[in-house]
Amino acid sequence: MPHRPDFWGIEPEWMRYFIYGILTLALLVMLIRTFYQARLWWKVGQPEKRFDQPFKRIGRMLNQVFVQQRILSQPYAGIMHALMAWSFFILFLGTPIGIVNAYVFPGFLKGQIFLIFKLIMDLCVIVFLIGAGMAAYRRIVIRPKKLTLERRFGFTLVLLTLIILTGPSIEGARLAVLSIEENITYGSWMPVGWAIAQLFLNSGSTVDTVHLWHTIFYYSHVGLVITLFLTLPVGTMIHVITTPLNVFFSKLQPMGQLSAVQEDSAHNLILADRLKNLTWKQLMDGDACTECGRCQEVCPAYAVGLELNPKKLVLNIRDALHRDGALIIQGTEPSIPLVGGTVTTNVLWECTTCGACIKECPAFVDHISDIVSMRRHLVNEGEVDDMLQTSLANLGRYGNSFGKSGRMRAGWAKELEFEIKDATKEPVEYLWFVGDYASFSPTLTETTIKTAKVLRSAGVDFGILYDTERNAGNDVRRVGEEGLFEVLVEQNSKALQKADFKAIVTTDPHTYNTLKNEYPEEVINGRPILHYSELLDQLIASGKLKFNKKLDLKVTYHDPCYLARYNGVYDAPRRVIHATGCELIEMPRNREHGFCCGAGGGRIYLDEGTMPERPSENRIREGVTLKDVSTFVVACPKDISMFQDAVKTTSLEDKLNVKDLIELVYEAL
Amino acid sequence: MKIVIPIQLVPDRVEEIVINKEKDGFDLEEIAWILNEFDDHAVEQGIILKEKTGVEVVVVAAGGEKSDEALFTAAAKGADRLIRVNVDFSTEKVNNHALAKIFQTIIMEEKPDLILTGVSNHNGFDGAIGALLAEYLGMPYIGYISGVDIEGMSALVLKDYPGGIKAKMEVALPAVLGISSSEKPPRYVPISKVRQAMKTGSVQEKDGDIDLAGGLIIDRMYEPEVSGRAEILSGSLKDIADRIAEIVKSQGLI
Amino acid sequence: MSEIFVYVEHFQGIVSDITYMCLAQAQQIAKSNGGNVVAVLLGHNIELLSKDLFADEIITVSHDSLAEFTYDPFAAVLAKIIQDKQPGLMIFGDTSIGSDLAGGLSARLHLPLVSFCKEIKAEEGKLRFVAQICGGKIFAEGDLKECTSLVTLSPGKFKAKDGKTTTTPKVSAYSLPAFEKSRITLKEIILPSGEDLDISKEEILIGIGRGIENEDNVSLAKELADALGGELCASRPVIDQGWLSTSRLVGKSGKTIKPKLYLALGISGAPEHVESIEESEMIIAVNTDPEAPIFNIARYGTTENLLDISKELIRSIQKVKGG
Repeated sequence: MPHRPDFWGIEPEWMRYFIYGILTLALLVMLIRTFYQARLWWKVGQPEKRFDQPFKRIGRMLNQVFVQQRILSQPYAGIMHALMAWSFFILFLGTPIGIVNAYVFPGFLKGQIFLIFKLIMDLCVIVFLIGAGMAAYRRIVIRPKKLTLERRFGFTLVLLTLIILTGPSIEGARLAVLSIEENITYGSWMPVGWAIAQLFLNSGSTVDTVHLWHTIFYYSHVGLVITLFLTLPVGTMIHVITTPLNVFFSKLQPMGQLSAVQEDSAHNLILADRLKNLTWKQLMDGDACTECGRCQEVCPAYAVGLELNPKKLVLNIRDALHRDGALIIQGTEPSIPLVGGTVTTNVLWECTTCGACIKECPAFVDHISDIVSMRRHLVNEGEVDDMLQTSLANLGRYGNSFGKSGRMRAGWAKELEFEIKDATKEPVEYLWFVGDYASFSPTLTETTIKTAKVLRSAGVDFGILYDTERNAGNDVRRVGEEGLFEVLVEQNSKALQKADFKAIVTTDPHTYNTLKNEYPEEVINGRPILHYSELLDQLIASGKLKFNKKLDLKVTYHDPCYLARYNGVYDAPRRVIHATGCELIEMPRNREHGFCCGAGGGRIYLDEGTMPERPSENRIREGVTLKDVSTFVVACPKDISMFQDAVKTTSLEDKLNVKDLIELVYEAL
Repeated sequence: MKIVIPIQLVPDRVEEIVINKEKDGFDLEEIAWILNEFDDHAVEQGIILKEKTGVEVVVVAAGGEKSDEALFTAAAKGADRLIRVNVDFSTEKVNNHALAKIFQTIIMEEKPDLILTGVSNHNGFDGAIGALLAEYLGMPYIGYISGVDIEGMSALVLKDYPGGIKAKMEVALPAVLGISSSEKPPRYVPISKVRQAMKTGSVQEKDGDIDLAGGLIIDRMYEPEVSGRAEILSGSLKDIADRIAEIVKSQGLI
Repeated sequence: MSEIFVYVEHFQGIVSDITYMCLAQAQQIAKSNGGNVVAVLLGHNIELLSKDLFADEIITVSHDSLAEFTYDPFAAVLAKIIQDKQPGLMIFGDTSIGSDLAGGLSARLHLPLVSFCKEIKAEEGKLRFVAQICGGKIFAEGDLKECTSLVTLSPGKFKAKDGKTTTTPKVSAYSLPAFEKSRITLKEIILPSGEDLDISKEEILIGIGRGIENEDNVSLAKELADALGGELCASRPVIDQGWLSTSRLVGKSGKTIKPKLYLALGISGAPEHVESIEESEMIIAVNTDPEAPIFNIARYGTTENLLDISKELIRSIQKVKGG
């Protein structure tokens, strides 16, 4: 009866204890080295609470580790990784099962169970080899730009492949000996081992020779596994420990909610000017990074040739931690500063906080948290460019970045033939938070007027805050001016608390995000926050908003980052477009993968600088590739501003017409 | 070494400038007040000098608590001490002559080596504070300064002339300098630092008197009429060109 | 009416235009209220400077300590002259020299001073000042006192040509009074280098827009800028063509400008551009479209072709400069 022999052919008997011993030792070395490396996170970094809701965290971790949902969102690399990871994991389980068979439930692996066990193991070898083949092809032939093409990754791939190959080779040699000594019939249950056995048999090797090979394979296998254990903490395989940990500790709050500035016990602000002022989780991010480059691939700043590369950002911090961590623990300040050294100020200001990197990262690295932390330090030091300084000063004094008097905020409303209710004076159903750009930008007020007219014609009971509205502070927070953000929240909260309303509707997705995710609960009181596209969608569904015309246009739609990726509003604007009779043709990068216009995260307040191509131009060029599409529909005031500029600078004004969603609705009325 | 920087608030031109019922002055209650832009530069220049040489920087304002925000902002930038002279501007029409006398008293107490102040204030119709103050104190004055360095007991300054011309001058201290722009533009102070300064800092309060003897009195104040659209010049090409040249010249630009 | 004194400001052998404007103002007062106009000219080797000053008398003080402006000797000389002659008015240009002197003398001699002065009006034998304050948003008026009043006059109301004459007036030399050692020494005069251009600080700017059409025309605009002593800046389309460097961009993601003169060539006046030029003191627009929004913000405008007008304007300016 077939069964699993323990230490077949390994003599003398003490040898097996030696192997157990040395493997245990290697495992210990691995754990100690890993701990030594990992201790930098909490020894260097600042405390941060990441242990809440453990079950939710475990669920997320299991999903990403075993189902590998994020990884699989990219087909080639995803399948490649999953094939290797799943098979390796099962093969790895083979050893503990063997130990259980030897010492816990002696001999349970026998007969049919043993054969099925072996079949699964051998199939896993094949699966792994397919994955490894794909990996080798990708690394040698495809060579994607986003990938780190360094030897240490090749080393890991070769090491793993050899470990996997020596396993069935041992089996093959044993089967060959058994076949010579006795007739066995179950060879085909172990297809890989059996195939190797046939090689020995066909070569006419003697039992002694095959035994010798068996011994070589055996010790090679053990040696390779020891190598894996010993090198794991400093090699690329560390990710099997750090990445699941990072997923476990990843942010549970909404993506659009940044954490406040931490204070030390003496109430001094902890600002990320140096490594030790990052949190332990921010430091862990670097060690969890697998260098897959998916963040780099989707980053709008990187795409247009700017210095910012989210992957490099995270890795530079990691390398600095490895280089200087021990020094910092001793209390020595490293010679290379974090801001202005490890990470340049250009890199920090180039980020649009579009969130594509975060959404893409299979290791759940939070690049934007690093960037905003370091921006807060720069702002605190007054290291802001002239334009940003003017914008912030204006926001502080007048509550808008335009430097206009607050009394002018509702200036656009004077052109209406009806008066909009003042929500601080009479109750309204919907409080319309208009936002800076829609209120003050001369190019946008026409659209704002149309919005008012559409709401009126749908019979919506709405009002505005007039001069008590301030910039909501979303971009102020993301640019790193936390104190000003708090002031704006206080001012708006006061106005909102004075008003009587059932829901808030916003024009600007950035406003939407911060009201929805960052404003105090006592102000919002659980009342719904809607983007105007959502309100329009509801009005159409309920029949309150009816169209007389069908627009018969072929249009494409640009997802605003803070509406779509941040808050998951993908379908409402699309349904509105359909309702106006337009045919929607999607751009290649759509929905979660939408490409940022370049204005977010406070970039609109900054001197744009020079770049080979603006993100908005890149996006417009994507739009014009669509056949027969004449209209580029947006649902964010900053998008109109950015893209109307971009069609001019790319001389594509004739090909593409940039329109706000509300304009379609207005035309179809 | 010690620097005193007298500052004042001026009407914010972004907001409506409201004229009083009597039509002979500002409506002090309705106007939004903001730190005089040039005083902001003077404060910045003072802080730059502090960073270079470690001088003590004292910022002085006159009037009510309205100026506290500007004072604490200066403290957040690095000013060492803040002084507010409590005088009631609402009863008297204060002009720069009177303000200069208020500052004179404080400066005589403080005995600084250098006084920096804004070269002018847009609502000041009776001369620059700095020039008046210098004479009241018997000190030398240079206005339109865009850079200051201290060397021993004198200051090396850059004085601006029209057309981008600058003169480098040396002035013996103590002296008064009218700053038109600091070496570097005034820095941004994050709100958190201003709030911190308000929490931990303090303003030294002093009494002062308003002496209006020196200045002139405004008896009528009004907004000029604005023409809505450009005057379209007519005539031959040459006529138009000549007219434009004449307009440019009348502005004192060529 | 007593005498009206005008301080003559000059630099590198040329009398500043503002001085002629002050003389024009003085002449206007003299005409309605009587009194002599006296130009006060301080310097060294200044004989030639007095030739076209429209005054009844010129007082000159020539000494090498007055070769270049520094506050102490100039203030001392003027203080002495004012105390001696007791004029009714002493007018300075509102410049970096005039305002230093007028402010100091006001405090030293306890004389009233009007700054940002738009004009001195003569009404029924009385003199009233009109100060243009708050960046021109507010006019403030009041009576001048009986004593000597000091004035710093802003350009705008009076034309330089009205302060010039062809007949040389009586020149009387005034001897340098004794004064204490100057506490201020001039070290060096630094002329602008032209590099590191910051258009937000320029006083004269010529903005070019889409209407400029091609790169060759940019050089014509440059010629015009040189003639005016100003610099070029542009709206987005011109910058994007690479015809001018990004540092010269006005408008969205560019700079906000506040020159004394903005000459807009072929700029339609998109809102973001208009926003960024609003603070210019004087805007003159050239655009063939009479409906272009730029005319809503400009003080003067023409719908002539910008190339024609530029060429003609270069000539006119050279003529004005030469004369």
